[in-house]
Amino acid sequence: MTIILDPTDERVPVERQVTKRSGSLSGVVGFLDISKPRGNVMLDELERLLAQKAPDVAIRRYTKPTFAKPCPDALRHEIRDACNYVVEALAD
Amino acid sequence: MSNTKPQFSLKDLAGNSHEYPRDRASLVCFVKEDCETCNTAAPVLEALHKAFGSKVDVLLIAQSGDANATFAERYSLTMPLLDDSACKAAFEWDIESVPSVFWIDAAGAVQSHFEGFIRADWEALAAQMSAQTGLPAVQTDWESLPAWRPGCGSKHLDPSVYDKLRAEADDSPIRARKIEVAPSDDVAEFMFDQGFSDGLPLVPPTPERVMRMLSGTHRDPQEVIASVPPNMGIATVEKIAINAVMAGCKPEYLPVVIAAVEAVCTDEFNIHGVTATTMGAAPVMIINGPIRHKIGMNMKLGALGAGNRANATIGRALRLVVRNVGGASTGGVERSTLGNPMKFTMCFAEWEERSPWAPLHVERGFDVEDSVVTVFAMTGGPVHIVDQTSRAPDQIAGSLGLGLEGVFLPKLRNLPVDALLVVCPEHIDTLTREGDYSKDRLRDRIQEVTTRPLTEMLADDKSGAGISPAAAEAMGPEAMARSVPKFAGKDFIHVVVAGSDAGKFSSAFHGWATGAVGSQSVSKKIDLG
Repeated sequence: MTIILDPTDERVPVERQVTKRSGSLSGVVGFLDISKPRGNVMLDELERLLAQKAPDVAIRRYTKPTFAKPCPDALRHEIRDACNYVVEALAD
Repeated sequence: MSNTKPQFSLKDLAGNSHEYPRDRASLVCFVKEDCETCNTAAPVLEALHKAFGSKVDVLLIAQSGDANATFAERYSLTMPLLDDSACKAAFEWDIESVPSVFWIDAAGAVQSHFEGFIRADWEALAAQMSAQTGLPAVQTDWESLPAWRPGCGSKHLDPSVYDKLRAEADDSPIRARKIEVAPSDDVAEFMFDQGFSDGLPLVPPTPERVMRMLSGTHRDPQEVIASVPPNMGIATVEKIAINAVMAGCKPEYLPVVIAAVEAVCTDEFNIHGVTATTMGAAPVMIINGPIRHKIGMNMKLGALGAGNRANATIGRALRLVVRNVGGASTGGVERSTLGNPMKFTMCFAEWEERSPWAPLHVERGFDVEDSVVTVFAMTGGPVHIVDQTSRAPDQIAGSLGLGLEGVFLPKLRNLPVDALLVVCPEHIDTLTREGDYSKDRLRDRIQEVTTRPLTEMLADDKSGAGISPAAAEAMGPEAMARSVPKFAGKDFIHVVVAGSDAGKFSSAFHGWATGAVGSQSVSKKIDLG
């Protein structure tokens, strides 16, 4: 029997479940542009379509300072507090 | 020495267990079959057992495995000869050499202790046992025995045995989860299956190897060095040591790996972005200061290539920490379009002594006697710059500049992107043949020879990269007529010296997104205690 030591952070991966779908769309949707080129183009188009098809939905736009770094905690918390849903435009 | 000794439960040659302590006096002696002095002592121990065994537990603790029985037969020993092949009892009793004798009273207090064979000690012991048990003196021809003979080192002090015992001891510094690999499993294959590997075989991080690795630093094994993106896993000294073992490091490399982990896990360096970018960036590590010599790093022939253990394994250990502690697996958060081989390892030392300039770490504010690791985020290279014919300083400096045209795309200029130029000794000699040639002059020359009109950056039929026609129109013809160099500022050009004395081949590493939106180079002093 060989014993080796765990080289990882020993985190047990969390199994995430997809939230149950309600069949309707309302509330506040956050649009997060990660600052990659043309991310705004995609979100503008999505905003136009949502305004047509789900007029009760309120949209809030957010922008990450740089796509190259993780979203700052303060911005993540702001989105969490203000929005029911979030759409992130990864671009590329 | 403590006045009482730890308990044990060991088996004799017949497989029967013997416990210590019991409520009677004991004579405990540690022995090894292949120790000359233990062989001298064996008949005396048998005589003591015969004389006092009715009132005293005489126990021999033997370290020789199967040869324990040979030892017992050789001297017709009749006392229990207990197997301590794993040396746990020797470790816990903290002996140094064998034979190691303990005369212990019924209350468990050590009355006398000695090691080796000094005849006077053994005679005194026999007399003491006789006096305390009230039994007749032992019948031994003391004069036929040597007056003095040193013992042999206890087997538990062999480094491979001792580190294993330390790792398993109650006060072991090891806290990492222990993973048992079944005897039917191949350890190397098991580690591949667990996803611990960068694609190459790993050294199994057994507790004893990790203990040895930890001896390379004065820092506490549980000290937290960094939170490693993307999972923000906690990199303790111990976790770094485990990955350093897997990478093949020696213990004396560990302080360098620790400093490198500190450096890449800063907001400035941004290892998250460096790992995740589709562009395929990787950290390049440069080591400066006295540690280069102490751990035998390569800064000369083949410095950027294979063949030197320190260069290869320090760079690899950093990558394994990011992978295993940070959770950056290829295809997970690691998402390069092509990747690049520097993601295995890229670490070298600067040949400071061959450089006409202040070493990189001194240029960055450290003392010359400091040992320092500097990390750059690079996407390409080393790309060789070949010039075997220039003989004038400005000529070779010009070639080094032209060799950097390829950063990102030759057509793109005014880039806010780092480049790391590694100048070889022969090119240094040409640069300095007419006297000093400062690094700043070299940087100026690089900017000078790469300067072109912005019109050459226009997106056209040949290449759609560069300034779009709409943007050019918005800028106006006057602005477009302006000329710009390769780099947005000369501070983006970093210069070090390495390579063998023969060959006119310098080399360049091409950067990733530099600055606050990407990655900035970071230097950390190596903590050598």
